[in-house]
Amino acid sequence: MKKVQSNVSDALAGVLFDGMTIMAGGFGLCGIPEALIYAIRDSGVKDLTVISNNAGVDGIGLGVLLETKQIRKMISSYVGENKLFAQQYLSGELELEFNPQGTLAERIRAGGAGIPAFFTKTGVGTIIAEGKDVREFDGESYVMERGLFADLSIVHAYKGDTEGNLVYRKTARNFNPIMATASKFTVAEVEHLVDAGTIDGDHIHTPGIFVKRIVHVPNPTKHIEQRTTRPRLVAASGVN
Amino acid sequence: MAWTRDQMAERAAQELEDGFYVNLGIGIPTLVANYIPTGMSVQLQSENGMLGMGPFPYEGEEDADLINAGKQTITQLPTTSYFNGADSFGMIRGGHIDLSILGAMQVARNGDLANWMVPGKMVKGMGGAMDLVAGVKKVVVVMEHEAKGEAKLLEECTLPLTGQRVTDLVITDLGVFTIERRGAPKMTLIEIAPGVTVEEIKAKTQATLDVSV
Repeated sequence: MKKVQSNVSDALAGVLFDGMTIMAGGFGLCGIPEALIYAIRDSGVKDLTVISNNAGVDGIGLGVLLETKQIRKMISSYVGENKLFAQQYLSGELELEFNPQGTLAERIRAGGAGIPAFFTKTGVGTIIAEGKDVREFDGESYVMERGLFADLSIVHAYKGDTEGNLVYRKTARNFNPIMATASKFTVAEVEHLVDAGTIDGDHIHTPGIFVKRIVHVPNPTKHIEQRTTRPRLVAASGVN
Repeated sequence: MAWTRDQMAERAAQELEDGFYVNLGIGIPTLVANYIPTGMSVQLQSENGMLGMGPFPYEGEEDADLINAGKQTITQLPTTSYFNGADSFGMIRGGHIDLSILGAMQVARNGDLANWMVPGKMVKGMGGAMDLVAGVKKVVVVMEHEAKGEAKLLEECTLPLTGQRVTDLVITDLGVFTIERRGAPKMTLIEIAPGVTVEEIKAKTQATLDVSV
């Protein structure tokens, strides 16, 4: 089976349908599968439930799917950077489910590992635990959370091979590897596509078994939300 | 005179110990990184998937693939490791992080902490705050003592909670307070900013205070 696709629309061909659930990797705008998000926009598929830690910003990342109103529901931990999101949420167009970030990550990990539910101490005694099973283990209370499993995961990796093995770069890894495991169909966009056998097997982050299709997106534009720097010290000043 | 933001951060840095793995929240807690004593080894965890966080990059050396949980560009160190979100919160929830320093809107005498939601206002989400307060060994809150004249140290929180009985220590611009997480609720004033009186602190604190200064 050939996993490598020649473009992003081919990579998503036949897998999109209205009302589906999609996991999208990334933290803020770091490591988002942006080319695949654009392809989803262009497909016109709608009534989506999107599981992603954040919701992009206005006009970038998942923000483009909010603009086109293709998203019906978001499952996220933090959506502070998106004005359009607030607007659609307050008007009732958009449904929102907040998960604590670690609970979200573990729900995804569990879903991908065939675990339907687990207990965590995160959120005990808060509104997050309302309506959920709370049980005591070794004298401490834990709340039951369900695993998450999607119809499709879209992920961004730094490097991938023709077998679908993936390597991520720095903090662009974030939710991508766990999301790759937690859906019926995972599509990866990679900045560098190499032949199978090129990546040292010890250095692979996501084994190819989790990746159904892979598409080469060279030199993607990467966005920085908070550009923070420090001044260069003048050598002659003698400081530090 | 009340402590400045930097003085509060400097005081919070006294909670650091050699070999600690620490998570710093956004705002004043971020400033704590500037006060890690020379010679002390402290690794900063960023919950988006990094241990061993370095300082901001020099201008022109920003890397979009290298950010902290506040989405700010940062740098790596020789000690740095990267990992996925589930591993990151495994570290946090599993009690492997020694210290979490974060901001709050309200803290109650029993250690309840609220910092993510004001009913009626647009809610941005809790991010990793609930996991951090539930899982990290020691939780230190750094915040202004009052918000627009309203007390933030309360008998009971009025805002939706981030965590129940999770706070160990509170550092405000006026003083430092310890909290018992188990047994009877107890909040104790243990240090006072220069020029501030116990009476002033009591007047600006709604929680019943023990005083041990």
